[in-house]
Amino acid sequence: MFTIHAAKKGVSALLLAVALMVSAGMAGAAEQEHPVIERQTWTFSGLFGKYDDAQLQRGFRVYTDVCSRCHGINRIYFRNLAEPGGPAFPVAAVKALAATFKVDDAPNEEGKVKKRPALLTDPFPSPYKNEQEARFSQNGALPPDLSLITKARSAEAEAPFYRVPDHMIRDILTGYQEGGADYVYAYITGFSEPPAGVKLAEFMNYNKAFPGHQTAMPNPFAGGDGLVEYDDGTPRTVENYARDVTAFLAWAGDPKLEERKRLGLLVIGYLLITVVLLGFAKRRVWRDVH
Amino acid sequence: MASHTEDGSNRRDFIVVAAQAFAGVGTAIALWPFIHQMNPDASTQAAASLEVDLAPVKDGQAITVMWRGKPVFIRNRSKEEVKQALDVKLADLVDISARNDALPEKTPALDANRTKKGKENWLVMVGICTHLGCIPKGQSMSDAKGDYGGWFCPCHGSHYDTSGRIRKGPAPRNLEVPPYEFVSDTKIKIG
Amino acid sequence: MASHESSYRPTNRLSKWLDARLPIQRMMHAQFIDFPTPRNINYLWTTGGLLSFFLGVQLLTGIVLAMHYAPTAADAFNSVEHIRRDVNYGWLMRNMHAVGASMFFLAVYIHIGRGLYYGSYKAPREVLWIIGVVIFLLMMATAFMGYSLPWGQMSFWAVTVITNLFSSIDSIIPGLGTRIVQWLWGGYSVSGTTLTRFFSLHYLLPFVIAGAVVLHIWALHVVGQNNPTGLEIKTASDSVPMSPHAVTKDIFALSVFVMLFAWFVFYLPDYLGHPDNYIEANPLSTPPHIVPEWYFLPYYAILRAIPNKLLGVVAMFASIIILCFTPWLDTSRVRSSKYRPVYKWFFWLFVITVIALGYLGSKPPEGAYVLWARIFTAYYFMHFLIVMPIVGVMETPSRMPRSITEAVLGSSGQPVNVGAPAAPPRH
Repeated sequence: MFTIHAAKKGVSALLLAVALMVSAGMAGAAEQEHPVIERQTWTFSGLFGKYDDAQLQRGFRVYTDVCSRCHGINRIYFRNLAEPGGPAFPVAAVKALAATFKVDDAPNEEGKVKKRPALLTDPFPSPYKNEQEARFSQNGALPPDLSLITKARSAEAEAPFYRVPDHMIRDILTGYQEGGADYVYAYITGFSEPPAGVKLAEFMNYNKAFPGHQTAMPNPFAGGDGLVEYDDGTPRTVENYARDVTAFLAWAGDPKLEERKRLGLLVIGYLLITVVLLGFAKRRVWRDVH
Repeated sequence: MASHTEDGSNRRDFIVVAAQAFAGVGTAIALWPFIHQMNPDASTQAAASLEVDLAPVKDGQAITVMWRGKPVFIRNRSKEEVKQALDVKLADLVDISARNDALPEKTPALDANRTKKGKENWLVMVGICTHLGCIPKGQSMSDAKGDYGGWFCPCHGSHYDTSGRIRKGPAPRNLEVPPYEFVSDTKIKIG
Repeated sequence: MASHESSYRPTNRLSKWLDARLPIQRMMHAQFIDFPTPRNINYLWTTGGLLSFFLGVQLLTGIVLAMHYAPTAADAFNSVEHIRRDVNYGWLMRNMHAVGASMFFLAVYIHIGRGLYYGSYKAPREVLWIIGVVIFLLMMATAFMGYSLPWGQMSFWAVTVITNLFSSIDSIIPGLGTRIVQWLWGGYSVSGTTLTRFFSLHYLLPFVIAGAVVLHIWALHVVGQNNPTGLEIKTASDSVPMSPHAVTKDIFALSVFVMLFAWFVFYLPDYLGHPDNYIEANPLSTPPHIVPEWYFLPYYAILRAIPNKLLGVVAMFASIIILCFTPWLDTSRVRSSKYRPVYKWFFWLFVITVIALGYLGSKPPEGAYVLWARIFTAYYFMHFLIVMPIVGVMETPSRMPRSITEAVLGSSGQPVNVGAPAAPPRH
């Protein structure tokens, strides 16, 4: 055992030496500018995380009133809006909402495609017929579908390499997976006038969270507070809009989160007991050997 | 396995048995997701019931809709067709069960037991021949409707009457009536 | 297989009948119950069991996923989303498969590291070791093709970049590399055709791995397990029977590892993946940084460290193939690094090198990162080609116990009878 102890000491000494050498060498490379994305508090983060239904409902409203003019969310079906673990709207309300959208029916006997009201089994219609139409209407930029936006983005923390292990351990132990939501929130609240000296290209907007700071999307909340009606008494502020719609998009990207974390708790609890029992069993079997 | 160590009590020790049992039960429960994943998924379940608007179906016309991957025949029967169906005696039938999913199997195959009260002109059936699963003819105006004016299965020559009951040919049972209800005067919900 | 007396006694008529015709129960009993395992093996020796477990998990969840997955360019991404959203426990199957791959590699790296530290590659275990390297290569091929299947941006560009490596052969025989790449792709670029064949191979290879694992275990049971002292089992007191001793230890270690697995499956399923893989593959737009999964990062760093394309590819493959030669590169008389006061430090330097290469593989190939990647790549190869042969000759091993029993109980140790069937001394 002493040898292992010595090895451990040796390794830490070596690691430290290498760390010092490398940090000196890499100082130059690490200085690249990366926008800092602040971590937010989300009801759905952590081991016991759950979506706040009321927040998702408000977020859905912000999505339909603001985002949906340019962005689709085509992996969400109307039926999803009524499912538990999501906004959990009443089924009748979702049916009525779906019926206000007109979608293509199957070709009739004459081969003509007519419109019909959308059903629970239909996906949320996209604002565009195809990518070309989307680009044409947006000066060549393609507004991405938002179904997976919080999964497809991250808040890359730019840390010096010797901080990587402890950041990793912290995130793993706390089950932190909300970098995408943090980024989306930072992005939609990150619009401002460009600082002096920054020249924007045509049709571009300044955003402090966006890598490179020039984004084709204009500030969605340029209308300011009161832009979207809330009927549950939540203050109608841009901050709340951004937070609520981000929560809604996080759900859209991970609709099974609640089921996942609930089952996770059971499984981890079960495993804890199993590990202890098996540990005792192992000691029992081996007691005569050592 | 029997214990073969000299200290034969090892494997029978309470803690060892408890640990084995606990781990075993957990492993068995863990199999459930692997089985359940093959059951109909959420999108399939959501499509398991279907609303059909009957308003465009005129007197004497028929439409076919897909429900759970199967064709469902919906016919707006004319007065004569209804009368023909009502006039048939049970004794003349091959299969005397109504074959209506909403009713017990013993229910006699009277036309009234295959339709909804007050909506006797509407006949809703799964359009799959009970013989070997072909799709009978009779939905389109130009189709052969068989000897009894209902449907005719071209595969092996089964004849169904205007109530969808088997009258002649190899098919053993009447066409199945799926569970459905009228959600409004001109709209039904199947499933 | 190892020649030791079997304690198998068929108990009922059916087993007696079968035993006279196909003594499979007798064989299993001999190999997995009576099999003598060194009494001093530590928890690093539980990784073999772990790896078998994860091979099983990957096979089982993979078969399930294939029931719902569509291997076409148009539907692959959508079908994965369908699995995540609509299939009953589909999210669980998909998370287990994706995280399971990482756990598989984590376990295999510990397994390989253990082999390197305790000299498990040395005679008479050379064939056992080489089969292990073959399994590792098969795992890498399987993981690479599996990663292409979600058909996200990272999938698509990883396939593009890695298959393009073969085009480096053009610099030896002009045109041949390009032909090979087109043959792999089934077209003039990565397309749905490529995806479909990768799916087919991804389904096939795990069964090949399972076959190679059988050979690996067979070879292991011929030469016997190594142990922290590197000494062979000589007397009955040196070993314990595999069941219940090694088995309970394996299962305990497995339960701890499964907890880690579950933690990622339930709380961090996307932590080990790349966000860009949640964007559907787009042949018109390359992500700013193409990075492989974490377990390929060291090789990726080696690939990029070398400025010449062909040499980079050669170095990357050589970094794994070189493992096959360790039985002959290592000149030491002693197996275990426990008794090698000098080599021990080089071993840990090698571990640091691999971790550093992993870190560098995740960074863009620019500035100081390139320089460091070159330094560590150089050490990676020097470790095998220079350190292993030279240190083996130069160093004086420290005093070793005479037997495994002595290592456990000290020189005055009385053999404790735990009833393991005796292994005959090797000659």
